[in-house]
Amino acid sequence: MTRKTRRLWLVIACVACLGAAAALMLKAFSSDIVFFVTPSQVLASAPPADRTVRLGGMVVAGSVKREKQGETPIARFDVTDGQAAVTVRYEGILPDLFREGQSVVAVGTMQKDGFVASEVLAKHDETYMPKEVAEALKKSGKWDPRFGAPPSAASWNSMTVQDAKKDLAPSAAPATPAPASAPAGN
Amino acid sequence: MSATPTLVARAGTFFHRYANPGRFLKLGARLQPWLTWPALLLTLAGLGWGLFFSPADWQQGDSVRIMYVHVPAAMLASAGYAGLALCAVLSLVWRHPLADLAAVEIGPVGACITALCLATGSLWGKPMWGTWWVWDARLTSVLVLFFLYLGHIALIRAFDDPQRGYKAAAILALAGAVDLPVIKFSVQWWNTLHQPDSITLTGAPTMSSSMLWPLALSTLGFSLGFAAIVLARTRAAVMESRIRSLLSSPRRRGGSASGDAA
Repeated sequence: MTRKTRRLWLVIACVACLGAAAALMLKAFSSDIVFFVTPSQVLASAPPADRTVRLGGMVVAGSVKREKQGETPIARFDVTDGQAAVTVRYEGILPDLFREGQSVVAVGTMQKDGFVASEVLAKHDETYMPKEVAEALKKSGKWDPRFGAPPSAASWNSMTVQDAKKDLAPSAAPATPAPASAPAGN
Repeated sequence: MSATPTLVARAGTFFHRYANPGRFLKLGARLQPWLTWPALLLTLAGLGWGLFFSPADWQQGDSVRIMYVHVPAAMLASAGYAGLALCAVLSLVWRHPLADLAAVEIGPVGACITALCLATGSLWGKPMWGTWWVWDARLTSVLVLFFLYLGHIALIRAFDDPQRGYKAAAILALAGAVDLPVIKFSVQWWNTLHQPDSITLTGAPTMSSSMLWPLALSTLGFSLGFAAIVLARTRAAVMESRIRSLLSSPRRRGGSASGDAA
C-alpha cells in the first residue's frame, strides 16, 4: 500500500465517520428540526398555553370567517393535516398568498377555545404555472385549488399559455363571473 | 485490494498530467473564451427571457421571477462547495499544488453566490411567505454553508506558511461537505417553510415548461460564469506563484522556472 493509497483510505474513513456522526445527531434532534407541528400532534398532546408553537397545515375550504373589530381585521379558519383540524384565530392582515386550500404556518399558542396566532405565514407549494393554465385546469374540472395539490405535473407542464387560452376562449363571454370568482378564495 | 494501488497511482498520473501548471495555463487560456462568452450570452438570454417574457405564476404573480436568479445561485452555492471538497481530496491524498490554488480561488466566488442565494431568497420570502427569514432546516443549512465558505476563506489565508493553511482548509472543506446532503434533503426529511424541489430526477418537473426553459438557460449561464471566474482566478494565481518563485530565487532563472512553479 503506497502512502497515497493510505491517505485516500484515511480520508474516506474520516468522511464516513463524520457523516455517520452527523446523521445520528440530526436523527436525534429530528423532532426539534421540524419547522412546525401538525394539528393531529397538537390535539394528541396539547402544548402548555404559555408555549409558542408553530402550527402547520392546509386551510380547510369554506372555513374562513372574516370580521372586523374597529379597524383590526380578525380571521378565523380551520387548519388541517387530513386527520385532524384546529381552529385558528388571527388578528391582523393575512399574507397575500393566504387562501382556502393553501398551506399555512400559524405562530401562536394553543388556548382552550382554539389556537391564537400572533403571525401567519403562507407556505406555497412547488408547482409553478401561468395563470391561464391554472384557469384552464380549474375550468376543465381537473383541479380545484381549494382542495389541495394540482394533478400530476406531466398532465399540464407542457401546456402553453396559448393552449390554455384556446381552452378558455369559447365560453369566455358567458362565463364572465368565473374569473371574478377565482380570487374569491383569497 | 490488489487493484487499488494501481488505480490510485493511475488516477494520480492522470491528475498530474492535467495539473502540470504549464499545461494548465495553456489549456486554461484556450478554454477561457469558450466559458466566458457563452456564460454571458446564456445568462443574459435566460434572465431576459425569465424577467420579461416568461409568464407570471398563477398564485405568486411577478414575484416568481426572483426564481431565475435564486435557483441558479442556490445550485451553484452547493456545487461550488462540492468543488471545494473535491479540491480538498486532491490536496490531501495526491498533494496537488493546483488543487490548493483552485481551493483558494473557489472560496470567495462560492461565498458571493451563496450570499446572492440568501439575499434573493429573503427578498422572495417577504412578499410570499410574509417573512424575511425563518429558522427552518433549508434556510438554516444554507446559512451554515455560507459560514463554512467564510471559514474556509479565512483559514486558507491564516498561516504564514501557505502549506499549513492549505491542509487545514482542506480538512474544513471535507468536514463541511456533510452539509451538502443536509441542504439537498432538508425539505424531504423535515417539514419546512421552504417548498420541496420542483425539479427531481424521478418525476416530471412540477413547473410549466414556459418557466422551465428560461430557468434552464439562466442556470447553465450562471454555471459557465462560475467556472469562467474560477478559471480566470486560478490562472492568475498560477502566474502569480510563478512570478513569486522567480523573484524569491533569482539564481534559478530561465528554463527551470516552469517546472517548480507553485
